[in-house]
Amino acid sequence: MNKYSERLYNGLIKENPTTVMMLGMCPTLATTTSAINGLGMGLCTLVVLVLSNVVISLLRKIIPDEVRIPAFIVVIASLVTIVQFLMEGYFPALSQSLGVYIPLIVVNCIILGRAEAYASKHSVGLSMFDGIGMGLGFTIALTILGAIRELFGNGTIAGAQIMPKSYVPISIFVLQPGAFFVLAILIAVMTKILSRPKKVKTSEESAHDPATCEPADCAGCASKGSCGKQIFAETVKAGVKDAQGNGGDEA
Amino acid sequence: MKELLLIAVSAAIVNNVVFSQFLGICPFVGVSKRTDQAAGMGAAVIFVLTISSLVAELLYRFILVPLHFQYLETIVFILVIAAMVQFVEMFLKKAVPSLYRALGVYLPLITTNCAVLGVALNNVDKYDYGILAGTVNGFATAIGFALALVLMAGIREKIEYNDIPKPFRGTAIVLVTSGLMAIAFIGFSGII
Repeated sequence: MNKYSERLYNGLIKENPTTVMMLGMCPTLATTTSAINGLGMGLCTLVVLVLSNVVISLLRKIIPDEVRIPAFIVVIASLVTIVQFLMEGYFPALSQSLGVYIPLIVVNCIILGRAEAYASKHSVGLSMFDGIGMGLGFTIALTILGAIRELFGNGTIAGAQIMPKSYVPISIFVLQPGAFFVLAILIAVMTKILSRPKKVKTSEESAHDPATCEPADCAGCASKGSCGKQIFAETVKAGVKDAQGNGGDEA
Repeated sequence: MKELLLIAVSAAIVNNVVFSQFLGICPFVGVSKRTDQAAGMGAAVIFVLTISSLVAELLYRFILVPLHFQYLETIVFILVIAAMVQFVEMFLKKAVPSLYRALGVYLPLITTNCAVLGVALNNVDKYDYGILAGTVNGFATAIGFALALVLMAGIREKIEYNDIPKPFRGTAIVLVTSGLMAIAFIGFSGII
């Protein structure tokens, strides 16, 4: 597999942002009431992700290291504003139903995460493919989630009647709890599938499954660089220690 | 006064930020392992969300609207929130060290909490609240977030001891639990 298709595979399956890394949960849960909404949200994120990866990769030698996070946020927020106005202009109905979640792409951790973990360290071409892979992984997960919820909650997929007329829709699927249940099952299925071949393949690497591992396991984990869990856990832990240390001094 | 109370109850319980609007799910899943951590995070969010919705409202009414710069709201709000979290952290460190020790860890994590930006944007775009109502909405939303977080942490401490099917361990079981809690919160929708 060459480097570019490896990036696509990585985003679609191995580090799928929704089911493996569990990033960007808010739009995942909120906008998947129908397949079209899920697809629309996924494509918006895809566009922003690809553009931000390209721009940040181009600027990676210019942006000073100390102010990189604010610089990334400004780039992302500008791109999101552009996408927001394009959506309002060309797809007013979809823009209406996605509502505040389009501007909230700014704080979607997938985008800042890829900028920080990948685009700021790699060439433009690779960063673009990384953006496409991650964005497609997110889009597909959202579309599947939306289709399942729409099918059971409304009897349709993308507006077309699928279930027989006698089917009584289970409306809980399109309500808020349905989002949690369907995503939980999707994650569990993905964990099950991914955990099987891993035992044979990476016995020496001892890579942990980010869905089930504890932050304590991160030290010996092969995928610790790519998984956000360790960074998050370390921030919390370091802070707790810091706070306790300060407390001890005063006492 | 009655209006403000209605806004507060609606934001805190009926339209709960986690279970009904799906904002701030990442910290909700990430920091709900222990009740004391959850309470610390909840308090930090109450603090920041109240101030940030006030500041965002002021900026929007007195700077962006007179200059017709409303289209810059997303960029302006996220930068203001990020900068403000830093200021709040520095101020607390100097002025109220005891509060800083309790909240300090969680403050930097709040910048990425989409509830903060979401409430600021909803205040000016969706509801068009005034300055006072917007601030009340921010405060009540944060109370709702803290409530959800502490409840979840309490349940997760019990879940630890249960025998859960392997694929469901970790985030999946948290989501199932959240779904059940969301059903319970739907029950509140009749009270307004």
